Amino acid sequence: MKAIGLIHYVLALALAPLLLGTINRVKALFAGRHGPPLFQVYFDLGKLLRKGAVYSRTTTWVFRSGPVVALAATALALGMIPMAGQAAPLAFTGDVFVAVYLLGLARFFTVLAALDTGSAFEGMGASREVQFSALAEPALLVGLVALGRLTHSLSLSPAYAGVGPELWSAGGVSLALLAVAFFVVLLAENARIPFDDPNTHLELTMIHEVMVLDHGGPDFALITYGASLKLWLFASLLAGLIIPVRQGPEWLDTAAALGGVFVVGCAVGMVESCMARLRLLRVPQILFAALVFSALAFLLQMR
Amino acid sequence: MSWIDTVMILLVLTDLAMLGSSRLGVYVRLAALQGVLVGVLPLLVGPGRIGLETAFVVFTTIAVKSVLFPWLMSRIMRGFEARREKEPYVGYTASLFLGVVALGVALWVSRHLPTEETGVHPYMMPAALFSIFAGLVLIVSRRKAVTQVLGYLVMENGIYVAGIVLVPDSPLFVELGVLLDLVVGVFLMGIMIFHIHREFDHIDTDQLATLSDWKPAPAPAVSEEARP
Amino acid sequence: MTWALVLVPAVLGLQSFVTRSNTWRRVLLVAGAIGHFVMTAMAWRNLPAPAWGGWLELDAAGLLFLSITSVLFLAAACYAAGYLSREKASESDLEEGLLFTNQPEAVFTGCLLMFLAAMTLVCLSRHLGLLWVAIEGTTLCSAPLIYFHRHHRSLEAAWKYLMICSVGIALALLGNFFLAVAFSSGGRSASLALSSLTQAGVTPQLVWLKLAFVFLLVGYGTKMGLAPMHTWLPDAHSEAPSVVSALLSGALLNCAFLGILRVWQVLVAAGHADFARPLLVGFGLLSMAVAAVFILGQTDYKRMLAYSSVEHMGILALGVGLGGAAVFGALLHAVNHSLTKAMLFMAAGGILAAYRTKTCSGVKGLARAMPVTGALWIAGFFAITGTPPFGVFVSKFIILRQAFLGGHVWIGVAALVILAVVFVGLALIVLRMAQGEAPEGAGTGALRDVAWTVIPPAVLGVAVLALGLWLPTWLEGVLQQAAHSFGGGL
Repeated sequence: MKAIGLIHYVLALALAPLLLGTINRVKALFAGRHGPPLFQVYFDLGKLLRKGAVYSRTTTWVFRSGPVVALAATALALGMIPMAGQAAPLAFTGDVFVAVYLLGLARFFTVLAALDTGSAFEGMGASREVQFSALAEPALLVGLVALGRLTHSLSLSPAYAGVGPELWSAGGVSLALLAVAFFVVLLAENARIPFDDPNTHLELTMIHEVMVLDHGGPDFALITYGASLKLWLFASLLAGLIIPVRQGPEWLDTAAALGGVFVVGCAVGMVESCMARLRLLRVPQILFAALVFSALAFLLQMR
Repeated sequence: MSWIDTVMILLVLTDLAMLGSSRLGVYVRLAALQGVLVGVLPLLVGPGRIGLETAFVVFTTIAVKSVLFPWLMSRIMRGFEARREKEPYVGYTASLFLGVVALGVALWVSRHLPTEETGVHPYMMPAALFSIFAGLVLIVSRRKAVTQVLGYLVMENGIYVAGIVLVPDSPLFVELGVLLDLVVGVFLMGIMIFHIHREFDHIDTDQLATLSDWKPAPAPAVSEEARP
Repeated sequence: MTWALVLVPAVLGLQSFVTRSNTWRRVLLVAGAIGHFVMTAMAWRNLPAPAWGGWLELDAAGLLFLSITSVLFLAAACYAAGYLSREKASESDLEEGLLFTNQPEAVFTGCLLMFLAAMTLVCLSRHLGLLWVAIEGTTLCSAPLIYFHRHHRSLEAAWKYLMICSVGIALALLGNFFLAVAFSSGGRSASLALSSLTQAGVTPQLVWLKLAFVFLLVGYGTKMGLAPMHTWLPDAHSEAPSVVSALLSGALLNCAFLGILRVWQVLVAAGHADFARPLLVGFGLLSMAVAAVFILGQTDYKRMLAYSSVEHMGILALGVGLGGAAVFGALLHAVNHSLTKAMLFMAAGGILAAYRTKTCSGVKGLARAMPVTGALWIAGFFAITGTPPFGVFVSKFIILRQAFLGGHVWIGVAALVILAVVFVGLALIVLRMAQGEAPEGAGTGALRDVAWTVIPPAVLGVAVLALGLWLPTWLEGVLQQAAHSFGGGL
């Protein structure tokens, strides 16, 4: 693995909470408020880590391992995501599927932890989460496979390395379709409006929030950090598509890629401010539309 | 990435959007967009120099399909309370799925059609076949009469694109004749929808089921009852 | 004169949209019909010159179908003049007692004349693209005619007709494109003029030709009423006024048949007709079978006549598919069927006007109450089922004989069985309607024979009888010529 890949990875690990902060700031700006400081999430993480944890007697080791496994899996998956056209630290052929499955593993353990509490609310959130990810995951997978077909490789790093201005001029429509599909999947997987409201306090309307309702203290810190890593993961998947800066010195590419990730964050913030949460009946339709977009991008390769 | 491919993909996207949507207003707007897409095709496909005939055909096609028809449909739907499809025969998600499968089939069939054309853009025939199929699905699986008319328009758009691919130098009179038939046809359909709404207070064609051979005969006629 | 054949009805039709007086409109209608008839008769003496660069030209088949249309329209115009003078502004519906209004007469007569113009264009056109435009034009002109009585059932029938036929004809347009590709060579697409498609020495690409024929058969077959695309036919025929039903069954279905025949002509000229024969025979037998099933136990006599039309269209397709002498038989059958069906529909109109019911069980004692109409009804039944000495017998006999002679024994047997079933079904209904005691009030008021309902169908009936007894040489010559161009002939 190249050093630059490692540097990108460390940058991702360090800057992920900043992305969350950016989104919150953008939402506040749209609402006419000043909003929390950009580094608020770091302060929150620090505060949570200093607290103690309370575990219910009905829970088992599954509950305790949920956040840990989720964070570990997400961090590992993040290691396979390339940035700025360079190879990721953990790149290998077929890492597309491993990355998506690692995310699935993280989700699986989060859901298990939620079910382990024996609470009805968390069970409800778990069932919704699984239902929506059943539709979002194919959209992501088909999209990534389409991208792989477009760039003739089944590994993420060479695939993203191949996404340059030439590919946009040759197969721009497919990439545009993929970008839209990935954006929708990003919103769905990271519990953003219009799929889920991260700020709601009503348990009946939560999906992701309600699954982690009973975690507190360090566990919640791990969960928050894991969520920010997941957001960074999807954002850099999308930014790699839409910011095809691949030439020049590496620091320029890196800066452009980082800028792209934060642009995606701002876009998420804008979408969250302008839309309301969809009725739950509509969510499968939107996710299916994302799947259709990915499938269309895939089919367009079949000339 | 040529313009033609972009136009074709936009055509496919509008078809998919129509398959997945349930609002009549959305259908009308998408049909207008399709009219523009389909109308500019002769300009993109044709030889470098654009003749007067081609320009005339393009102008009339866009005027008819993107201006006249949406205006007609909107006027007729003025005062309709029900602007959404409820419970179509084939649901929206299923329609979208069917659409994606059909797109795959259209791509496969187009690859195997023996066209020896040179420079035929590879997406035109699949987009045309897919539009025809999408139009047919809209006609068959939806209940509102307006949707059926718009499905017919989508089908005609697909056939028009197929015509551009297969018969690029069609005589002007035939093109105009087809367009004229389309205009009169849609006008007639629009007038009939207006009458249907006035008569029934709705435009659900599944309620138009009085005439049938599968039901028992209606009540005996007057002359029977008049007899003691 | 070629242009005059189309333009005279068209102009008169447009004129009748704007004419205010009802009487003048009916005069226009009958005058247009007479003028068209005279021009067609003149065309029998010497064929008019081609017009519009060869796109409009009368050949033998075109002349045949044009004359059928013209004769039928003349009879229909006279009938319609009387019919319109009798229709009140608003009436109560027969089946459900609703009040409804009628379409403005201007629209009715205007559309009738435009309908004639469109059908003439179909018969005249020698360019398949123009043929398509004309056939779609006939759909558009006849849809308002179905919606004459403005109530919900006729609206339903008109909507079904418009939608189904438009979709079918749109598929036929796709077939036209495939045909052009099949005959293209060297990058230029072929002209769809019949003369260039049927040239000797043209080698079309077989895949495209087959695709084209299938699409055109299904598309124009929808218009023609072949099962399983016939679903609009019974509704449209039962809800339209009888004169319109007569024209639809007698003239319009023939025009759609002419569309299929033109494509068949191209196939025959290219020497590839054999793959299509099973298709035609299959559709023909299916139409006959479906019609037979629905005629048995039919409760509405106009729907019964509509299904009988489906059956006869099946016989036409069967005849062309069998080839040889059966093609001659099919063309003769087209003539006979049109005359007979028009007579039957007009008689049905008279029955409807008199008895005010559309159900078969509601009509009794027809032979006693309205002797002429009753005689026409029974004669029509015998004629349409192919009983000698009526003309339909001759044409059916030729077709069936060719089936057995050509070795297609099972096809012939199946057709005979179906025809027998149809005979029984029709007999049960017609004879029950005609026999029995006359209802009260017979001979007075509405329940009697009126001149305008009786004379046009009687004339048509006499013509059918005459054709059964004696085939004039001029007609036989034209039939033979037409059959030759479609790959058959006595």
